[in-house]
Amino acid sequence: MDLQTLWFAAVAVLWIGFLLLEGFDFGVAALLPVLGRRTADRHLMLRSIGPLWDGNEVWLITAAGAVFAAFPGWYATWLPALYLPFVFVLFGLIIRAVAFEWRHQSHDPRWDGTWTHVITVGSLIAALGVGAALGTTTLGLPIDGDGIRVGGSFAGVGWAALLGAVAVLAFSVVHGALFLALKTDGDVRLRARAFALRWSPVAALPLLAWAGWVHLRSGTAVTGVLWAVGALAVLVTWARIRVDREGQAFAGWAVLLVSSAATIFGAAYPVVVPSTIDPAFDLTIAEASVSDYTLTIMTWAAGVGLPVVLAYQAWTYWVFRKRLTAEPQHEDAPRSGEAPAPSELPA
Amino acid sequence: MDVLDIARWQFGITTVYHFMMVPLTIGLGILLVVMHTMWVRTDDPEWLRMTRFWGKVFLINFVLGVATGLVQEFQFGLAWSEYSRFVGDVFGSLLALEALLAFFLESTFLGLWIFGWGRIPKKLHLATLWAAVLGSIVSAYFIIAANSWMQHPVGVVADDATGRPVQVDFLAVLTNNTALAAFTHTIVAALMVAGALLVGVGLYHLRRRKLAGRPADEIDHGVWRRSVRIGGWVSLAAFVLVAATGDWQAKLMYHQQPLKMSSAEALCETEAPASFSIFAWNKLGSNECDDVHSITVPGLLSFLAHSDFSSEVPGVNELQERYSEVYGATYPDDPERFGNLAGEPVDYQPVLAVTYWSFRLMIGMGAVSAGVAAYALWSTRRGRVPTSRIGVYGSLAAVGAPFVANAAGWIFTEMGRQPFVVVPNPDVPVEDQIWFFTAQAVSPGVTAAEVWTSLGALTLVYGALAVIELWLLTTFIRSGITAGDTSATPPIGPGKDDDRREGPDGDAGGAGGRRADDDVLQFAY
Ligand code: HDD
Ligand code: HEM
Ligand code: HEM
Repeated sequence: MDLQTLWFAAVAVLWIGFLLLEGFDFGVAALLPVLGRRTADRHLMLRSIGPLWDGNEVWLITAAGAVFAAFPGWYATWLPALYLPFVFVLFGLIIRAVAFEWRHQSHDPRWDGTWTHVITVGSLIAALGVGAALGTTTLGLPIDGDGIRVGGSFAGVGWAALLGAVAVLAFSVVHGALFLALKTDGDVRLRARAFALRWSPVAALPLLAWAGWVHLRSGTAVTGVLWAVGALAVLVTWARIRVDREGQAFAGWAVLLVSSAATIFGAAYPVVVPSTIDPAFDLTIAEASVSDYTLTIMTWAAGVGLPVVLAYQAWTYWVFRKRLTAEPQHEDAPRSGEAPAPSELPA
Repeated sequence: MDVLDIARWQFGITTVYHFMMVPLTIGLGILLVVMHTMWVRTDDPEWLRMTRFWGKVFLINFVLGVATGLVQEFQFGLAWSEYSRFVGDVFGSLLALEALLAFFLESTFLGLWIFGWGRIPKKLHLATLWAAVLGSIVSAYFIIAANSWMQHPVGVVADDATGRPVQVDFLAVLTNNTALAAFTHTIVAALMVAGALLVGVGLYHLRRRKLAGRPADEIDHGVWRRSVRIGGWVSLAAFVLVAATGDWQAKLMYHQQPLKMSSAEALCETEAPASFSIFAWNKLGSNECDDVHSITVPGLLSFLAHSDFSSEVPGVNELQERYSEVYGATYPDDPERFGNLAGEPVDYQPVLAVTYWSFRLMIGMGAVSAGVAAYALWSTRRGRVPTSRIGVYGSLAAVGAPFVANAAGWIFTEMGRQPFVVVPNPDVPVEDQIWFFTAQAVSPGVTAAEVWTSLGALTLVYGALAVIELWLLTTFIRSGITAGDTSATPPIGPGKDDDRREGPDGDAGGAGGRRADDDVLQFAY
C-alpha cells in the first residue's frame, strides 16, 4: 500500500473514531430533553459524559488536522466551499463547550437549566453540521477544476449534505441512548433502553442509505460486503436490546458505524472531494497529498502516538467505568452559592 | 474592505482572543503542578486549598481556550485556503502533531484530574495533572514551531513545478532557532500572566480580611500570603527570563527580518553605531519613516542587534530598496491570485506605528508587572499585610498588564512580517528562497459577505463569552476560599472523605458516595 492510501485510511479511521466517541456525547446531549424528565436525571446524563466529552472532541481536531497534514488540497477545497456551514458548526461547538463548564457556576436552577439547553442545541448543530460536511465530501460539492466552489455560499448544501446530517444525528442519538443504558442505572437506564429499542431500526436507515449511495456509485465487492455487515449489525443490535444485553447492543451499533463508514470511504477512494459539476474535476488523493517524506514522518508519529493515545483514553474509560445513579434531589436543599458550610466544601 | 482585509481582521481578532486564555492556561498550569505536588508531598492543607482555588480559576479559563482554539484549527482552511495549499507540506503536519501529541494529553488527563479527586490514588491523581500541563506546553511548542517556520522557513526546498515548499528536513523545522527562542519567550511570558494574577488576587484578599479584622492564623491568610509570595517571585524571575529570551529573539530577527526590527525602532537611515529609540512621534497618518522624530539612546540598538555598541544597523529606507530589488517593486500582474493588488506596488514596510508601539507596549507592560511584583514582595515582607488602597487595587488592576504585553508581542510579531505571510529566509540563496505574500494567501472562492458574516458572528459570540467569563471569574475570585468558614481546620479531617481519597473505587454507592461525587462536580465545574 502506498503512503497516500495509508493516509487516506488513517484519516478515515480518525473520522470513525470521532463519530464513535463524540457520537455518544452528542447523542446524550440531544436526548437531555427527551429522557431527562427530572433535573436529577439530566444531571445524571451529563455526569455520564462529563469527564469524556473534551477528550472525544480532540478526535475531531485530530481528524481535521490529519486532513490538513496529509491532504492540504482536500482541506483547502472542502472548508472554503462550505464556509458558512462550517462557521455554524464552530458556533455550535463553542457554545456547547462553555455550557458544559459554566452550567455549574451558579446554584440557580434557571441558570443550570439554560446552559443544559445550550448543550443540547450546540450538540445538535455540531452533529448535523459535521454530518453535512462529511456527506458532501463523499457525495459531491460544486467545485471547478481549481477546487473552487461555484454557485454561491450555500451551493454546497444539497441532498448530500442533508443526508449526511440526518445520518450522523440519527446514529448519534441511538448511540447516546445505548451509552446511557450501559452507563447509568435507574429510570434513565430503562427509558434509554426503551428508546433504543424503538428507534434503532429507523435511525440506521439514513446512514445505510448514505453508505449504499456511495457504494452504488463507485463501490466494489468489498464495500458491498461491508455494507451488508452494517445492515446485519442493526438487526443484532435490536435483538440484543430486546434481551437487555446493553453491552452487546452498544457494540453492535458501533459495528454499524464502522462498517458503514468503511463502505463510504472505501467506495469513495481515491476521490476525496467529488465534483458535482464534472467528474473530471474530482479531487483525488494524488492531487491533494503532501510529499512522501512528510507522510513518512507522519506515519512514524501516528504509529507511536496513536496507540499511546488509545491506551490512556481506554484507561479513562476504565477509571470511570462505574454505572452512575441519579443523585438524591438535593437541589431543593438549602444552599447558598456564596457560602457552603465547611462540611460541604470539596475535599 | 475586500476579502483580504476582512480575513486579516478576523484572524487577528480571533487569535488575539484565543491568546488571552492561552498564557493563563500555560502559566497557571505550571504553578498548579507546583501547588498540587507540594500538597501531596507535605500534606499541608494550605497547599490543598491553593490547588483547589487556583485549579478552579484554571478550569473556568481553560474551557474558553478550548472553545476558541477550535476556531483557530479550521480558520486556515476556511479563510486562508491558498496559504494552506502553499504551506501544507510543512505546516499541516505540525498542526496535526499538536493535536495528536498534545491536545489528547491535555484534554484526557485534565478530565481525569477534574473527576479523579477521590477516585484514583493520590499520587496517580497528581500525575494526571502533570500530564495535562505537559500537554499544554507541548502544544505551545508545536504551534510556535509552525508559526516560526512562517517567520523563518527552514528545512524546505522549492518544488520546481509549483514553487511550493517541499519539506526535506523535519528536524530542522523542529529545531528552528526562531522557534526555540519564541517558545521559551512565550512560556516565560505565560508565567508572568499567572504570577500577576496570584499577586493581584492574593493582595486583594489579604487586605480585605485584615480590614475585616480576621486573625492571621486562619487558613485563608496563609493561602493568600503564599499566593502573593509565589506570584511575586515568579513574576520577577519570569521578567528577567523574558528579557533574556526577547534579546535572543531580537538578535535573530535583525538577521532574519531586518525590516521588522528597524520599523520597531523607527530607524530610517542606516546608522553605525545605531541608537535605540525611547519615544517617537510622527506626522499624523503618515507611514513614511522620514516623518518620524524620536528620542534616542546612542549605541544601544547596535548592542541589541549585535552585542556591541558600534556595529552598523540598516535603516528602513535602505531595506525597502533592497527588498524591492529582490522581491519585486510591484505585485505580479495576476488578478486571479492577487485581486485588487495585482500589479500594484508592494510596501515592504510594516505599519510603522503598530510595530513601534506594540514593541514598546510589550516591554512596558512587562516592566509594570515586574514593578508590581517587587512592590508586593516588599509590602508583604516578614508577615506584613499592605492595606494601601492604591497599592492593592493597583496590583489588582495590573493583572491585566501581562495580558496586554502578550497580545502586543503577537501583534508585533505578526504585523511586523507583513506584507509576507511566509517571510523569505536570508540564509538561503535568493534563487532558492521561498516566500508568500499575505495578499495571495486568502481563499479565492470565498466572498466578502461570507467573511463579514463570520467576522460579525464570531466577534459577537466572543464578546458575549468574554462578559460571562469575566463575570464568573470575578464572582468566584471575590468569594475567596472559605467565605463564611472561619475555622482554622480545613474540612478534610479524617472521616469518609479521607478513605475516599485513596481507593480507586471509593464511590461504592450509598448516600455518602453520591454526595462526594456531587462535591467533585462542585469543584470541577
Ligand atoms: C503558545 C501557545 C499557543 C498558541 C500560539 C496557540 N495555541 Fe491553541 N492552545 C494552546 C496553546 C496555543 C493551549 C495552551 O494548549 C490551549 C489553550 C487552552 C487549551 O485548552 O489549550 C490551546 C487550545 C487550542 C485548541 C483546542 C484544544 C482542545 O480542544 O483541547 C485548538 C484546536 C488550538 N488551540 C489550535 C490553535 C491554532 C490553530 C493556533 C494558531 C493560530 C493556536 N492554537 C495558537
Ligand atoms: C496566539 C498568538 C497569535 C497572535 C495573537 C497572532 C496575531 C495575528 C494577527 C494580529 C494577525 C493579523 C496580521 C495583520 O493583519 O497584519 C495574524 C495573522 C496571521 N497569523 Fe498570527 N498570531 C498568533 C499566532 C499565530 C500562529 C501560532 C500562527 C501559525 C501557526 C499564526 C498564523 C497567522 C496567519 C496565517 C495569519 C494570516 C495572514 C496575515 O494576515 O498575515 N499566527 N496573526
Ligand atoms: C523585556 C524585554 C522583552 C524583549 C526584549 C522582548 C522581545 C521580543 C521580540 C524581539 C519579539 C518578536 C519576535 C519575532 O517577531 O520574531 C517578541 C515577541 C513576543 N513577546 Fe516579547 N519581549 C520582552 C518582553 C515581553 C513580555 C513582558 C511579554 C509578556 C508578558 C512578552 C510576550 C511576547 C509574546 C507573546 C511575543 C510573540 C510570540 C513570540 O514571537 O515569542 N514579551 N518579544
